[in-house]
Amino acid sequence: MKGGWLRVYAITYLVFLYLPVILLPMFAFNDGTVMAFPLKGFTTQWFVQLAGIEALHGALLNSVFIATITATLSVLLGICAARASTRFRFPFKAPIMGGIMVPLVLPEIIVAVSLLVVVVQVLDLPLSAWTVIAGHTLICTPFAIAILSSAFQGLDQSFEEAAIDLGETRWGVFRNIILPLVAPGIVASFLICFTISLDEFIIAFFLTGAEPTLPVYIWSQLRFPTKIPAVMALGTLMLLASLIILSAAEFYRRRGVARVGGKDSGGFL
Amino acid sequence: MSIISLQGIEKYYGEYHALKGIDCEIAEGEFFSLLGPSGCGKTTLLRVIAGFEDVSSGVVLLGGQNMAGVPANKRPTNMVFQSYAIFPHLSVAQNVGYGLRRAKLSPAELEARVAEALDMVGLSGFGARAAHALSGGQRQRVALARALILKPKVLLLDEPLSALDKKMREQMQSELRRLQRQVGITFILVTHDQEEALIMSDRIAVMFEGEIAQVASPQELYRRPVTRRVGEFIGVMNFLDARHLDEGGDNVRFDVEGLGAASISHDQLPSGARAFAPVVGLRPEALSVIYDAKPDPGQRVVEGEVVDLSYYGDMTYYEVRLDGTSQPLTISMKNLATRPVLERGARARVTWDEGSLVVFAA
Repeated sequence: MKGGWLRVYAITYLVFLYLPVILLPMFAFNDGTVMAFPLKGFTTQWFVQLAGIEALHGALLNSVFIATITATLSVLLGICAARASTRFRFPFKAPIMGGIMVPLVLPEIIVAVSLLVVVVQVLDLPLSAWTVIAGHTLICTPFAIAILSSAFQGLDQSFEEAAIDLGETRWGVFRNIILPLVAPGIVASFLICFTISLDEFIIAFFLTGAEPTLPVYIWSQLRFPTKIPAVMALGTLMLLASLIILSAAEFYRRRGVARVGGKDSGGFL
Repeated sequence: MSIISLQGIEKYYGEYHALKGIDCEIAEGEFFSLLGPSGCGKTTLLRVIAGFEDVSSGVVLLGGQNMAGVPANKRPTNMVFQSYAIFPHLSVAQNVGYGLRRAKLSPAELEARVAEALDMVGLSGFGARAAHALSGGQRQRVALARALILKPKVLLLDEPLSALDKKMREQMQSELRRLQRQVGITFILVTHDQEEALIMSDRIAVMFEGEIAQVASPQELYRRPVTRRVGEFIGVMNFLDARHLDEGGDNVRFDVEGLGAASISHDQLPSGARAFAPVVGLRPEALSVIYDAKPDPGQRVVEGEVVDLSYYGDMTYYEVRLDGTSQPLTISMKNLATRPVLERGARARVTWDEGSLVVFAA
């Protein structure tokens, strides 16, 4: 069979990639406190247990708060940057855009430690949800720009000119023509930034104050073996939430591309 | 009175000289075309009039008012874009009524105006449709209605038909013409299609490399192109070298390569064409193949060989190399029942019309 080996390779690849992830829900429903095979039996008690942990609820609320503010800030910054990069010419455009995108590939631990030094030593600010938001905005903005740039790029400039020609003001063009046309891209980038912030651990671990985020809380619970099944259940829920949010984001991103009549050129899913 | 007056328009893009001293007057109610090959500056000129491009120097008067510093959204012009730019997130009615948003009309009034505009372009009842569900021809009509609803002094059309197929294009050409007569608004059309310009326009400005080469009515442009380049661009033209022979009375006599002596009246000569070795142009229909065994005694007849032919059904275009010349001439003949189509390599007797000769300075 032609391509037989490639097929085997592809399947092996996917198994190695996703097997550990599949273990998570498996043990979340396992009726035993030890993470080991054979599985003991089916139970939902770990999920029930989750509902009773006060600290967890605080961490969840904290994470959602941080993710919401982060996503909002990142999208606002992203809109400005994407608009500037696709429509205007200005000196040092390439280095500036490159500089904005670099956090995408910077080692997070370096970013986290540097930010910690800046916040504590230089600015002398207390660590709080806002310091986490600052760090998350730094790493989320490039993702927002990447998605929004494709939305703005697909926008035919004659839409703007046509609106101006019909008597519209600059601001009116932005509000009535550009924003509705890139709205799917905005929703998509918001959801992706939200998910990244929600799942992010390293920056949150370094910059968080007295109230941990959800991933930081999970990390703290891993020290207690009896808590591990509940953590697995929590991880399963987070995985599910991330998948749902990212699928929604991709749905909106594709709709945006279709709306302005552009060709689909990539995306994150 | 001219509705648009362009005076010494210069436009630079950095080093690139896009418009080189454009002077032009466009009359009210006129269907005016800017015709030229791509890159000649015709679209730039249209965008200058619309207010999308600033001029480097020069004056644009619109209805007698200087447009310097007046932004596009404050000018009494509206534009139909090449891509139509129909807002994809709005319905047809919302698109057409877009320009009336700031007019603070009552909903009933707005609806009536939109319906009227849609009716004008033959799209009655399409108001509720989504913009993305329209065909190319329908988008074009929506774009027209959207621009015309504001009753602009001048409607600017940027290659509006180039995205349509041939049938649709021909239909829209006559419809645009009818619409223009109906509303009486000045239309300025940008096109690279000389046939389209001839069919639709009252007057045409032919542009090459940022300059206007000639402004004339379609007939004059076709019959009396002022330069060889204009003659070449509009339709098909044969060019022949000529030699000045002598002058007598109102006429100048030339010896035209392959055709023989021709006498041309003075007023038919462009200024400066009293040069001794001009080039003359002759349209394919001013030459004809003779089928009669005995031609009229007054007819001048030259002979040649058919080197190639293109059969179009109604017409046949022959490439005939006259004896003693090297370049074949294009001759068009209507295909009547009495005129068999000549074969390649056949001998042909050709006659020509002296009055149709166009003399170029050189």
